[in-house]
Amino acid sequence: MALLEVQDLNTRFKTDDGVVQAVSGVSFDLERGKTLGVVGESGSGKSVTFLTVMGLLDPRHAEMTGSVRFDNQEILGLNTSQLRPIRGERIGMIFQDPMTSLNPVKKIGWQLEEAVLIHNDVPRSEARRRAIEVLEEVEIPKADTRIDDYAHQFSGGMRQRVMIAMALINQPELLIADEPTTALDVTTQAQILRLMEKLQNEHGMAIVMITHDLGVVAELADDVIVMYGGRIVESAQVDDLFAKPEMPYTWGLLGSLPRVDVDVERLEQIPGQPPSLLRPPKGCAFNPRCAYTFDRCREELPELRPAEGKSDHEFRCHLEEADRARIWTEKQAAMAASAESAA
Amino acid sequence: MSQFLIRRTFWAFFLFLAASIITYVLFFVIPSDPAALAAGKASTPEIVAHIRMELHLNLPIYQQYWLFVWNLVRHGSFGYSFVNGVPVRTYLAQEIPVTASVVFGGVVLYLAIAIPTGVISALRPRSIMDRTGMVFVLFGISAPSVWVGVMLYYLVGFRLGWTPINGYCGILPTHAAGTCGGLWPWADHLILPWITLAIGSAALYTRLIRANVMETMSEDYVRTARAKGASSSRVLIQHVLRNSMLQVVTILGMDLGLLLGGVLFIEFVFGLPGLGQQLLQANGRFDLPVIVGITMFACLSVIVFNFLVDVLYAWLDPRIRLA
Repeated sequence: MALLEVQDLNTRFKTDDGVVQAVSGVSFDLERGKTLGVVGESGSGKSVTFLTVMGLLDPRHAEMTGSVRFDNQEILGLNTSQLRPIRGERIGMIFQDPMTSLNPVKKIGWQLEEAVLIHNDVPRSEARRRAIEVLEEVEIPKADTRIDDYAHQFSGGMRQRVMIAMALINQPELLIADEPTTALDVTTQAQILRLMEKLQNEHGMAIVMITHDLGVVAELADDVIVMYGGRIVESAQVDDLFAKPEMPYTWGLLGSLPRVDVDVERLEQIPGQPPSLLRPPKGCAFNPRCAYTFDRCREELPELRPAEGKSDHEFRCHLEEADRARIWTEKQAAMAASAESAA
Repeated sequence: MSQFLIRRTFWAFFLFLAASIITYVLFFVIPSDPAALAAGKASTPEIVAHIRMELHLNLPIYQQYWLFVWNLVRHGSFGYSFVNGVPVRTYLAQEIPVTASVVFGGVVLYLAIAIPTGVISALRPRSIMDRTGMVFVLFGISAPSVWVGVMLYYLVGFRLGWTPINGYCGILPTHAAGTCGGLWPWADHLILPWITLAIGSAALYTRLIRANVMETMSEDYVRTARAKGASSSRVLIQHVLRNSMLQVVTILGMDLGLLLGGVLFIEFVFGLPGLGQQLLQANGRFDLPVIVGITMFACLSVIVFNFLVDVLYAWLDPRIRLA
């Protein structure tokens, strides 16, 4: 039994301009202790998917259907008080911008203690002891004095550590990290990722890593979901995805990944803009930007189908197996060639 | 903090000086003869000249100003009324409680209306409560308080006779003949002035609070609090309210300081002997010491409330340091 099972999740926002279909028919499972990477551009629906899972969208604006089962309990559509024993206790969440995600007028100690006191009937002194403990665990120096500081007295990386500490203070079974390193500089990014890896090894929690950075996925994830236009367009084990991606959007993502061992003139980029979710293109959402589009792509949405010989590697594309294999081989050869010519 | 206090005191001193000098200069720019007015109609030029000397009006303006400053510093005295020789301090002692009663009662009333209405409107935008609140706001902002005051005076006070329509009663009980006092008579005399003051401000503050609470509700740290499992009431009380009150506190501080200088119109309609009325009368009589005294008090209240706002601000938001 998987820890988190999402079935046919749909999220729509009613706006003055019409209905925005932010998430369409998303399904996936996450086992205990595993890491799921969720990759996509801004506006691909990856954050909204997990805000829906956490019940953090306002039901007055968002219409949510489908099923979210956490530890075999349906949690989609529960209200704040029904979610209380789960949010912050069994599922922790950290957000993209550590600069704005902490309350500026409360000491960080108070905010950490609050997370303990909401879920546990313990005295404040005990909550404080745990807060210091968890701050030490996320490697904040002089945790016992810094606990009385405010968020603005910390650097960005330190604040994200505080956020991680706050999400982990009740030892959750699942940690949802929504672009935890996007707002940080590169060295800090690496430190935070290493910290999350260490904490996962110690606590054995499952992690959802939402990111637009395939490098992060390669480093941490067991499985990957690639999202585009509110849909899953490819999902696979991480090694399989990097070894043989099956659809043009994923090719584009991999091509735009900088590599130190390959010195290219210019990184490949995916032309065009992400699709409007208010008026999505007919057929495959990626067809206006795809170099291999043919008539069928403009008419018919490709279903998720398994790759040759791999039942757990699924993708959406109308291209035949032989064509996809040929194009991917050519792309790899081209990348290798440009590396050689540069060398 | 001590550095902050020192600088503030210095500024207050400077502000006093500037305000009093401007009052003096403006007074002497206007052609008038307070001595002749004080002497009355049936007086001889000799009497007027004598009075002019007694009031020091024969001295050059800078010497008169120096005398004022000297008396204030040396004796803590604002001087005596040109018209009847009553110490300005006596006037202030009588009138400040009247104006302060109107102002503080009105402020408490409008905050008591605006905070709940604003917060509920923000939490349930487009609900019945929000829409009703916004209709009330539209009315409050559109209706000039001049009109509201006169209407209340006429309908509630005069026609229905529910409240007294004129005069003031002290809050402390009194048994002296010809006076009234006590908590109930005090409130009874002030309820219409309070409502008049509150209607316009309650509307403005409701809008302000609604906007600020809505903005704070969409902050990332509020989402963090909800992700922690905090209940809706905890999110509101611990995370939203304090952050959304910063701007309200600023404007409240400025309003209080300004209002305490006299709520002229309300005092006038409801016959309250407050600072505003006195200032008006003193102006008509060219009674310089009284004008300066009231100006100084208004100045002081602006300074004091600005100071309180700064201290409160630093307490509300630790990112702000007093220095």
